[in-house]
Parts: sequence; C-alpha cells; structure tokens
Amino acid sequence: MASTKTVTREDVLHMAQLSRLTVDDDEIARFTGQLSDILSYMDILGKVDTSAVEPLYSPVFHAPTMREDVAENKRERADMLRNAPDGNDEYFIVPRIV
Amino acid sequence: MSDILDMTLASLAEALKEKKISAAEAAGACLDRMEATEPRLCAMLHVDREGALAQAKAMDDKGPEADKPLWGVPVTVKDALVTRGMPSTAASRILEGFQSMYDAYAVQRLREAGAVILGKNNMDEFAMGSTTENSAYQTTHNPWNLDRVPGGSSGGSACSVAAGQCFASLGSDTGGSIRQPASFCGCVGIKPTYGRVSRYGLIAYGSSLDQIGPMARSVEDCACVLSVIAGHDGRDSTCSPEPVPCYEAGLAQASLKGRRIGMPREYFGEGLSDGVRKAIDGVAACARQEGAELVEVSLPHSEAAIATYYIVAMAEASSNLARFDGVRYGHRTADPKDLQDLYTLSRKEGFGDEVKRRILLGTYVLSSGYYDAYYRKAAQVRRLIRDELREALAGVDCLLAPVSPVAAWPIGQHSQDPLQLFLMDAYTCPVNLAGLPSLAMPAALDGDGMPVGFQLIGREFGEAGLFEMGAAFERALPGIGSPRL
Repeated sequence: MASTKTVTREDVLHMAQLSRLTVDDDEIARFTGQLSDILSYMDILGKVDTSAVEPLYSPVFHAPTMREDVAENKRERADMLRNAPDGNDEYFIVPRIV
Repeated sequence: MSDILDMTLASLAEALKEKKISAAEAAGACLDRMEATEPRLCAMLHVDREGALAQAKAMDDKGPEADKPLWGVPVTVKDALVTRGMPSTAASRILEGFQSMYDAYAVQRLREAGAVILGKNNMDEFAMGSTTENSAYQTTHNPWNLDRVPGGSSGGSACSVAAGQCFASLGSDTGGSIRQPASFCGCVGIKPTYGRVSRYGLIAYGSSLDQIGPMARSVEDCACVLSVIAGHDGRDSTCSPEPVPCYEAGLAQASLKGRRIGMPREYFGEGLSDGVRKAIDGVAACARQEGAELVEVSLPHSEAAIATYYIVAMAEASSNLARFDGVRYGHRTADPKDLQDLYTLSRKEGFGDEVKRRILLGTYVLSSGYYDAYYRKAAQVRRLIRDELREALAGVDCLLAPVSPVAAWPIGQHSQDPLQLFLMDAYTCPVNLAGLPSLAMPAALDGDGMPVGFQLIGREFGEAGLFEMGAAFERALPGIGSPRL
C-alpha cells in the first residue's frame, strides 16, 4: 500500500521516548514503514463528516456506579511485594535517583 | 473415558450431579486429552494437573452440590484473566512467572459455581492479534488443520474447546478475539454486551472495548457459562446492574419462526471470500426455511470501522500498558544505570513487536498535535457507528453476518504485514465500538474442510434472544462435527 503519511526515524524515536520504550536500529527500520502504512490507512476517517458529532469514548449503558470513597486495605503488603523484581519486606526497590 | 469428551457441558453437569460420572473422572478425561494432543496443538500455557485432580477428588469426597451449576465441570481460562495459584502472563515475557494474589471476577464466579480450572490458555500477547502468533511463548495450531492458525487472540481457548481439552473456556473480545477464533476452530463463543461481565482481573488492553465471554462446543453450553459469570460487580464501575436471566432456560423450544433477521449489505461486498459467502448463504437459506424473514439493512460507516477501532484500541492500550515498568511486578532489565533505563529497557525486553507497534501508535494518536485528528475524530466516528448499528437493530431481532472474511489461513502467512491482519477485523470490531453482544457459531466447513462461522449481533443485553436464535440455528443446520486429532 502506498503511504500518504511518512513516519520518520525521528518520529519513532519521539514516540518511543514518550512511551518509555527503547527501540534499536532494527526496530526503527521495521517500524517506520509499518507505522507509515497504518497511519496512512487511518486517513479513511477524513472522509467521514463529523462536524456536529459528539465523541463517544465509552459505550457503557448505565450511569457509572460509585462507592463511598473509603480505603478498603484488603491486600497484605507481603502479597503485593511478592511479584516485585527487587524489594525488601517493606518497599519496592529501584536504582538510586538522588 | 473418551465418551465423557463427547458429552455437552450441560449433559456432563447433569451426569456429575447424579454421580454417574465423578469430578475426578471428568477432569482426568480432559487432562489425558491434553496430554495426548498438546504436543501438536500448543493451546495451553500452564496446566495444573495435580491441583485440578486434587480439587476434583476432594469434591467427589464431599459429594455433588446441587446449587453449583458447574459442579465438577473442567474448564480452562485465557491467560489474560488473572487466576490465583497459577501464572498469569497474558502470553507476554514482561509478565513471565507473574502470580496474581487474586482471581478475576469471572474466574471467581467459575470457582463458586464448582468448575474445576485445568489451566491457562495461550493467546496473542496482551490480546493483540488474531492468530496467537504474537504469543511470546508458542503458536497454537488449529485442530482442524495443524498447519493453520486457530485465530486469536483467544486462539488457545478456541483450540482447547474444539479439541475436547475442556468443556468451556473463558476468552476476551476487544475487536473479535472470542468470535474469530471460535469461527476458525468451529466452536461457539459470545462477546457479551459491554458491562455484562465484570472486567475485574482481566489484564486490560482496550478498556472501553474489552469484554469477557465464554467459548464452548454448543450454544446451550455457552449460555450455561454466561449465566454464571455475568452480573454486577462493584469492582468494575462499567459493570452493569442489569439483572441476569437464566440464559440456558427455554433453549430447547426456541425457534426462528417469525424472527426478523437483518443482513448488513456492507458485510457482503468486496473482500468476502467465496467460501465464507457460500457458508453464510447456507445459513440464510436455513433461516428462511425455518420461517424467519430476512431483510437487508445498511451500515454505511462500516468502511471506517477498522480505522476507528484501531485508533481507540491502540490509544487505550498505550495508556493501559504504561503500568508495566519493571518496578512492582514483571520483567526488569539487568543492571539498569538509572530509573529511566530501568523503564525503557525493561519494556523493550519484555514486550513483543506487535505490542510495541500499538504502544507507539497509541502514544502518537494521543500526543499533542495529533489528538484531535486521530483520537477525537475516531471517538466521533465511533458514535456514528454505534448509532447506525442500534438503528439497524431497532427493526430486526438480530443481524446475521460473517465473522471473518476468510477461514483460518496458514501459520506464518500474514505475520509480516500487520495492516493486512487489521483488515480482517472488519465484521467483528464494530460490535465492540458499539458495546453490543454478538454470538459466533459454526456455519459449515469450506472446500478445504475448515470451519466457517457466522455471528448473530443483538441489541444491548439481548444475549437471551441471541442464544435462542443460536440454539434454533444449531438444530436446523447440519453441523460440522469435530476435528479428527
């Protein structure tokens, strides 16, 4: 498919930076073409007249139900730390930031 | 033992209650079937043989419980639903070894109903794909032809059900991920109305589109499981308070006589393969014969559905997947030099290509300067698509449509061309944009002996009507039999 949108190496790097994702040269080479094709295909939406149309962000059929804003504290700290790649009995541990 | 596997879920549940079959025998039959077929099918990411047998044995010792509709019934669960005591990875490296501290609501409901959970099904990573080829662990094979894809993303679930490894499986459907693999593997699957089943514990992909649903070998079996998993749950604010009927009641008497069935003109145009067209024509002819009235309806915005769907899905995915950062759970890169490095390298190493593409594109359509042109525009077109579907449904009992434009294709065929695969979702994704229910079930086998499915699309919370019409179709159509394995 001929692309009308051209996604550049810089675009991919910018998106990757916003997404907190490292991309290597192979990925950049692969993604620029694929993302160009996909975004070009999205041009089809330009044909639809939406001038007086309210966006629909969720198809939910009822008014969202709310509960009282009270902390439940249902989980045990030890359970929540169990899957951590690094931690001690109390905290998740990350590389030093200050 | 093998005759256990020929039973429907409904008849097995009956036999278990009457103690004609023990829970351990039922679980054992499915587990043996898994052992015999898994080397060829690769439908499971995790099998809890010992745990399932121990649970079944303990249940047998206590005896059947009449108030548990799925007492002793062996089931499997798509790996996107978190399940206590088993790994839950969504088929991603980034969640390798992850053990949830809680059950997804739908899984909890299965357990409360007495089901025996045998294990977790393979899928496309984070439900992004339509073949299971995007799984970080393995590609599932179609039980009707091992060289072909089972569909996806709930391809492992569809394969397990079709191959007799279980009596039902839970899948999830964001743009067709229950219906398309059900169609490819020749089983029944329903994408319920948005809000019908709680999404609590479903590893999120596109939160305004995702819905959990059952997959099984008959319409009644599917209905039995939906009755169990549907219903209000305060932990998902989008989960509906609408009462849950007994979906399996009255299916034996259901008929198509006097039903008005709409056929969307746009779903039968260019791109629909001859094999699928022929199968759907057969379903339409059957409907007429059974006394239904078929009317043509029009959904003029169908052409824009795929672009709309992918923009919404990718935007929501980029946001949902931000939680995988290598800090609280999941993969962490070795020796990061700082926190930024920890995030970006953990995500690079943990996510596969398709997930990265969707995160990048989702970030793009939400980014400053592009938000209005892509995300807001898609949300506007979404309203038009929903409105025209509801309008079409106002005059009919359901819509009859193909599920996929083609039957299952060979493994590897489209794996290098992501856009080509997106285009296959044309008939399934509009329903997710609109939040409507859709039941997929077998129509016929095509010339290559591969199953072709059709879908019945209903009004919101119209699942009971879809099951009735589905059950009537099931009786009237010749049926496709089972795969020979």
